[in-house]
Amino acid sequence: MNGAALRRVRGLMRKEALQILRDPSALAIAFLLPAILLWLFGYGVTLDARRVPLAIVVEQPGALAASFAAGFDRSRYFEPHRYLTGQAAERAMAARKVDGIVWLRADFGRQARGSAGAPIGVIIDGVDANTARLVEGYVQQVWAGWVAAEAARQGVRDPLPLDVRPRVRFNPSVNSRHYLIPGLIALIMTLTGALLTALVIAREWERGTMEALMVTPVALREILIAKLVPYFVLGMGGMLGSVAIAVFLFGVPLHGSIVVLSACAAQFMLATLGMGLVISTVARNQFVAGQIALITTFLPAFILSGFVFDLHSTPGFVQAISHVVAARYFVAILQSVFLAGDVWAVILPNAAALVVLAAIFLGLARALARKRLD
Amino acid sequence: MARIIALIIKELQAILRDRRGRVVLFAAPLIQLMVFGYAATFDLNRVPVAIYNQDGSQASRELVARFLGAPTFELADTLHSDHRIDALIDSRAVQMVLVIGRHFTRDLLSGRAAPVQVIVDGRNSNTALIIVGYANTILTRFGDDWRAARGGRGPPAHLVMRARYNPALRSQWFVVPGIVALLTQVVTLVVIGLSVAREREAGTFDQLLVTPLTQLDILIGKSVPGLLIGMVEATVIILAAVFWFHVPLRGNIVALYVGLLLFVTAVTGVGLAISAVSATQQQALLGAFLFMVPSVILSGFATPIANMPLWVERITLVNPLRYMLVIVRGAFLQGAGFGTLAGQFWPMAAIGAVNLGLAAWLFRKRTT
Repeated sequence: MNGAALRRVRGLMRKEALQILRDPSALAIAFLLPAILLWLFGYGVTLDARRVPLAIVVEQPGALAASFAAGFDRSRYFEPHRYLTGQAAERAMAARKVDGIVWLRADFGRQARGSAGAPIGVIIDGVDANTARLVEGYVQQVWAGWVAAEAARQGVRDPLPLDVRPRVRFNPSVNSRHYLIPGLIALIMTLTGALLTALVIAREWERGTMEALMVTPVALREILIAKLVPYFVLGMGGMLGSVAIAVFLFGVPLHGSIVVLSACAAQFMLATLGMGLVISTVARNQFVAGQIALITTFLPAFILSGFVFDLHSTPGFVQAISHVVAARYFVAILQSVFLAGDVWAVILPNAAALVVLAAIFLGLARALARKRLD
Repeated sequence: MARIIALIIKELQAILRDRRGRVVLFAAPLIQLMVFGYAATFDLNRVPVAIYNQDGSQASRELVARFLGAPTFELADTLHSDHRIDALIDSRAVQMVLVIGRHFTRDLLSGRAAPVQVIVDGRNSNTALIIVGYANTILTRFGDDWRAARGGRGPPAHLVMRARYNPALRSQWFVVPGIVALLTQVVTLVVIGLSVAREREAGTFDQLLVTPLTQLDILIGKSVPGLLIGMVEATVIILAAVFWFHVPLRGNIVALYVGLLLFVTAVTGVGLAISAVSATQQQALLGAFLFMVPSVILSGFATPIANMPLWVERITLVNPLRYMLVIVRGAFLQGAGFGTLAGQFWPMAAIGAVNLGLAAWLFRKRTT
């Protein structure tokens, strides 16, 4: 780029920056929106079930039944409610007052003394399959604790043949917030990045000022650069603010380096802004640009990025589609950089994919913008 | 009456005339239903695992065979020492490593608890918990079978678990009815959200206000198209959920539709209020986003409301999607009817009434 071009770009960038400063809505989208959303969602989004309301039915009181039921009172995962009959507990579950039933039949004490052991009926509300599975795990923990305690009382050393020791790397407390909040940053930045460019540039097309710009000596490439840079700076500012909120407000550990994180964030920002440019150029007006942005940014970044739903087990065609979702790569990078550190085996391929996506979107935006003038 | 019908027809034409607009309204939601219906799942299969078997005897090989025989797990690597374990997990090459101790068989035979270590990647803690759960199930069954084969005495009681309403615990049964509510909301909002703002920016809204149409007429004329499109969209998605995804629809369909109508009315009210308060389309779009994003994330669609702190849970009380999710899931899976769902109806009716009233008031208020 020669001196004259540089001067032109600088002039355009100055105009763009002035426009942003005068219209506070762009500043609000870049800074206020991510901060508020991350703050609200950081508290609101968690998969960890706690204080699960559970019905306990003990048909025939006895020492063994009492010691088993007491395990649920001690567990921090459950809020036990006693019911006298199974029918009453079933009614409570149908009315959604409890999420599960633990049912000790009248012959529990007698069967427990037999060689086969007594069955403990556990019925769990399966509508929310994921929570149901977690609740099953918690019930199993209570049961295992009780078995060990009963065995110790009778002087048996190892009641179960296997001693299973689970170890969760990177998130030993298995706190779902620690994996959801880095993902939330990617989700929120997708929204702000696409919104910033999709709307702002669609507005210039709609008003005809984009065409006016194009008849000046400024090259198309220079216009796009001048448009991108100010929003890129805004977006990166919002990003760093979000990382600060994650670390200082929610206490998510940041094991990797902030430099690596910023470098990847820059790639991601370029891809997202590029997508916004493409939308605004295709749409021609704010109305359709708005509709397309609403439909193509939020839900795909929410569902196809691996932010909540693990993509690993989805069918091939879903995985293929997810490759055009920039958030997918950034979520993988964020989760690793936050919780594991600078794991190059994860960072490099995902960062490379972001570079490719950014190049495709920006190139497409340029090609489409040129074509639109014909 | 004829005037209102004319206005409704004009609104429908404005929405459906543009070819790109039609694609956005009808093709996009169906494509999203198909993709999200398969993508939004917490179920796991073919989880890549590495196995480090230090024992190598018959019993440990049988345990390994049980892991590899399960559809959940897929062997990605076999280890002969422990120093690659961390690297495999760090690079996400495997999600779980199963380590069987050196004295596994000896401990089993002598009645000591044989140590088995399950190491999982906690970057997605939910997946980690599910994997540990699956592994535990296989290990517990192995232990029970081992003991039963040798006539040993088991623990005094064992768990017999069953899941009601969704016996196989399929995520799809939970998520697809949720998508019915989700996409209905998005489409209704897209149709309604910019309608007044666009006319205001073009100056045609002032013209509408000086016609003999009353505020109420305009309100009806603007909301009925959203209601119609929202209900048609919902019906198409419900049909797909039942006939394509085979999610059982066990409840009262009339109750489901009463809920849907109230829900679409509430969303229409919110969309019209946002549109009426905005001076430009850009503001209206920002408003639609500001409503939609929190309303989806804090609705219970993916993460349960019961897990939220109380103050966030209180905020969700003004979110119509929260109530609709209970209704669709109740009607699909739990076989719910009017009796159990009535509690979800009136909050949506209240949200709709307040927002529609606000929108009508804003129509005049914002004209200068």
